[in-house]
Amino acid sequence: MAKIKGAIVVDSERCKGCELCVSTCLQQVIGMSEPVNSKGYHYAYMANPEACTGCTNCAIICPDGVISVYRTKIED
Amino acid sequence: MEAKDIIKPENLVYQKSRLMSDATFNFCPGCGHGVVVRTIAEVIEEMGIEHDVVGISPVGCSVFLYDFYKFDVVEAAHGRACAVATGIKRVIPEKYVFTYQGDGDLAAIGTAETMHACNRGENIVIVFINNGIYGMTGGQMAPTTLEGMKTTTCPRGRDVKTMGYPLNITPLLAQLDGVHYVTRHSVHTPANVRKLKKALRQAFENQRDKKGTSIVEVVSNCNSGWGLSPKAANDWMVENMFKKYPLGDMKVDGKIVMDMNLPR
Ligand SMILES: Cc1ncc(C[n+]2csc(CCOP(=O)(O)OP(=O)(O)O)c2C)c(N)n1
Ligand code: SF4
Ligand code: SF4
Ligand code: SF4
Ligand SMILES: [Mg+2]
Repeated sequence: MAKIKGAIVVDSERCKGCELCVSTCLQQVIGMSEPVNSKGYHYAYMANPEACTGCTNCAIICPDGVISVYRTKIED
Repeated sequence: MEAKDIIKPENLVYQKSRLMSDATFNFCPGCGHGVVVRTIAEVIEEMGIEHDVVGISPVGCSVFLYDFYKFDVVEAAHGRACAVATGIKRVIPEKYVFTYQGDGDLAAIGTAETMHACNRGENIVIVFINNGIYGMTGGQMAPTTLEGMKTTTCPRGRDVKTMGYPLNITPLLAQLDGVHYVTRHSVHTPANVRKLKKALRQAFENQRDKKGTSIVEVVSNCNSGWGLSPKAANDWMVENMFKKYPLGDMKVDGKIVMDMNLPR
């Protein structure tokens, strides 16, 4: 059966650390970084990449539009 | 399969609209303004009208719209967006013209301009961001501020006896004959953003079909002004703002569809 796998890329320099993507991701993929970016914000990253389905919800809700989403189908 | 094998151009399914510039938003972290601004760009991109659109930015936190979009934006004096939109639309009627206005802009200083543009049925789109406060100037009371809600100018909460009642302006505008479409949305969940996107598209299509005024209100957060984290502000909005400003269509195809007796 084909499986859907996703991944996100966060522009960490432009992320403002609002965490809205964290609570929006039902797969609990996203965590907030320990280090901060040059503006002093903790930034979003894929803490649990295996769980990402590429649903795009986090990117749609990101106020600053700093998330890009990728998705592919893998046959097994 | 690892992330690096998925992150390839051919697998890209979402990125910010190409009509957004590289300028960083001036908005506070988690502010709904950013989502609305981006969603408008997506609609314009999908309709392929970026060379035929003129936005009017207000005074308020969204004043810098002209830096964020790659299409034309004219900045209006505080409250005058609908008047500027009227002028531009009448001189270049083939352009799609929209205003983007906060509640201080549209429902306080700009009430007269807004009312009369709607009453004239100006063939424009009005995007109205209702966060119940003057965000830009530091969180003062707006006409839309809820009863009992604390702001810097009503630190003990809005007392309706001395400060008046929260102004629910879109149902009033819906009653004007020139107005074709009035709908109210939010951007706190992906499902709500998708609904907003459909409504914005409808509004621009109304303008293409010369239907008159279309108003898309977005009930939004002002986490800085409300003194809450972005997530807590959204929760507070659902619990409190949506009671006074319920989501949904008010007027569709020139017909009022809401029950006027409902507390709106
Ligand atoms: C003629 C004039 N009066 C007052 C102001 C001060 N002022 C700037 S923004 C603003 C209110 C903004 O509130 P709103 O429209 O709700 O936008 P928000 O920042 O909440 O998005 C006011 C009163 C001004 N710039 N110009
Ligand atoms: S694309 Fe969907 S599953 Fe992946 S991180 Fe974003 S919200 Fe979570
Ligand atoms: S929603 Fe956007 S700005 Fe907010 S934490 Fe996530 S990636 Fe950063
Ligand atoms: S002050 Fe309020 S409305 Fe303005 S950017 Fe900040 S959160 Fe948004
Ligand atoms: Mg406001």
